Amino acid sequence: MHFLSNILFALLLIVGVGYFIMNVKKLIRNIKLGRDIDRSDQPSARWKNMVNIALGQSKMVRRPVAGILHIIVYAGFIIINIEVLEIIIDGLFGTHRVFSFAGGLYDFLIGSFEILAFLVLISVIIFWIRRMIIRIPRFWSKEMTSWPKNDALNILYFEMVLMSLFLIMNAADYNLQQLGVGHYIKAGSFPISQYIAPWLPQNADTLMWIERGAWWLHIIGIFIFLNYLYYSKHLHILLAFPNTYYANLEPKGKINNLQSVTDEVQLMLDPNADPYAAPPEPEGDEMPEKFGASDVTDLTWIQLMNAYTCTECGRCTSVCPANQTGKLLSPRAIMMKTRDRIEEVGRNIDKNGEFKEDDKSLFATITNEEIWACTSCNACVEECPVNIDPLSIIVDLRRYLVMEQSSAPQELNMMFTNIENNGAPWQYNQLDRLNWKDE
Amino acid sequence: MSIKVPTMAEMMAEGKTPEVLFWVGCAGSYDDRAKKITRAFVKLLQKADVSFAVLGTEESCSGDPAKRAGNEFLFQMQAMTNIEIMNAYEVKKIVTACPHCFNTLKNEYPGLGGNYQVMHHTEFLKSLLDEGRLTIEGGKFVGTKITFHDPCYLGRANNIYEAPRDLIKKLEVELVEMKRCKSNALCCGAGGAQMFKDAEKGDKEIFVERTDDALETNPDIIATGCPFCNTMLTDGIKNVEKESEIKVLDIAEILASADEL
Repeated sequence: MHFLSNILFALLLIVGVGYFIMNVKKLIRNIKLGRDIDRSDQPSARWKNMVNIALGQSKMVRRPVAGILHIIVYAGFIIINIEVLEIIIDGLFGTHRVFSFAGGLYDFLIGSFEILAFLVLISVIIFWIRRMIIRIPRFWSKEMTSWPKNDALNILYFEMVLMSLFLIMNAADYNLQQLGVGHYIKAGSFPISQYIAPWLPQNADTLMWIERGAWWLHIIGIFIFLNYLYYSKHLHILLAFPNTYYANLEPKGKINNLQSVTDEVQLMLDPNADPYAAPPEPEGDEMPEKFGASDVTDLTWIQLMNAYTCTECGRCTSVCPANQTGKLLSPRAIMMKTRDRIEEVGRNIDKNGEFKEDDKSLFATITNEEIWACTSCNACVEECPVNIDPLSIIVDLRRYLVMEQSSAPQELNMMFTNIENNGAPWQYNQLDRLNWKDE
Repeated sequence: MSIKVPTMAEMMAEGKTPEVLFWVGCAGSYDDRAKKITRAFVKLLQKADVSFAVLGTEESCSGDPAKRAGNEFLFQMQAMTNIEIMNAYEVKKIVTACPHCFNTLKNEYPGLGGNYQVMHHTEFLKSLLDEGRLTIEGGKFVGTKITFHDPCYLGRANNIYEAPRDLIKKLEVELVEMKRCKSNALCCGAGGAQMFKDAEKGDKEIFVERTDDALETNPDIIATGCPFCNTMLTDGIKNVEKESEIKVLDIAEILASADEL
């Protein structure tokens, strides 16, 4: 009987961590559905980006209020996790506050955790107020209804509950320590929970129930949260690190040159090429490479990781010139729709063993009107706190529309024709190019 | 009034190699407003005694609007044709007054065999200033209020924010920043091939939104470094009927006109 709670805890730990690992594997498989792209160059610049942007949150503070509150929650999240280590050991071995042998250091740590937990609680409440009372517009765009909206709130409620449980647990422990009950040795310092303690009943039995209850709920909550991540926009707490590491290091204005196009253009411009030669036989059943992207498998794994990393903060959309002037385009929605499609393809693979054609694509949810409204100004890319690049997806979708579907807006087709015929996007004669010097 | 502008072909025939190729670009060649920028920049080059040449009728669209509109084929056709011509002239250094051409030539041509040192005209003028080859005096602009609109393809795309501002500051004017400037600057609405089509349905034109930003600073002059931004903001100023009070000018035009060139 004595070991029942230890066994129960071990089981919880195995299921909680095991399910999480299973989902991480699925996540990696889904990201690898993307095309290969080499981002192994310049490791030192990449580490630097990761340390500054993901760990140091340098881009978060472009908006100081949200940035500083976020740093508090983030620091709290990471540092309070040291406490989780103690909880796991206590849970497995039936000890209580196993690290308390550290004496003064332990008191300092528990005291710091309490202050952090309190600050996290306050920050999360302010986040909730910004979202629900002040109603900051980027949280109320048209893509932020149903699940995306609830997802954001769930996370806030989760944090509120977890932090409250942690403080209540400590408050009950503090009272028990004062009463000198059983194994509740005097350990830790309680700068916040000592003010909650007087509100709790002073009966030792009830206090133990509260302390144990809060302890279990807290750790169960953490396991639920861990496994909620995969289904949530909250994956950024993990993916922000690889995402910033592998982010584009080239100037933002540079769009990649498609090698498949280069090969064909070189052949067309080569005076020695035989114009009547048959195209080389494709090897095996290899499909000719598609130009641009119509589905997630045409995008690179970086672009897919971008989609999973997006936490739907909407900073990109709030600075998008098209979105600000009432156009349909929202860079955030592009990322969200991309992720939804990866998930759909992933579920298809889970069900059928391999991907079974479902006659859907990114164009099932992303409209041409959105894609053509982009000015390629890079404001969204610049703004993203974790270096997501929505523009690269928009360009790849445009490439598909133009080169595979010939469905550019009519005015752009005229521009293409002018460039082909006159070497300028307007209808002027190339021989008049130098006329300006005589005018 | 005709100005003397040598072409690469003429230079080569004389056995000379210019210090720099001036890439004029389509807007600079054909657009009536942008041609004034081209001529102003040439006057500055001549004043600073820079040995330069243009490709003239051998120049063709850099391919930027095609690429941004998704037509990679057309872009690469343009790029490779241009590269072949420039490599034949052994071009080493290029300057251009168009940030779109600048970005494409600088970032996207190297992968296709076109490796050049490419400078935006504000960077180039700044380097002339630093080398003491060009002097800048405010002239009639001293004391005026100027706000600078960052072109996306110069600013965010290539992190060039200071060269144009350094030039403006030399004029002894009051440089006022818009609330959205530098990396936070709002696009004029013309990039990504939008210049060549109507905007999608919305509740406002982007150039009107950006012009509002500029108007908030209550400027005498809105300075730009891009022919497309110039067009959009000029339209924005006309839209509020302020064209007699507020001028939209390229930095090259301001410098040339300060010097009464």
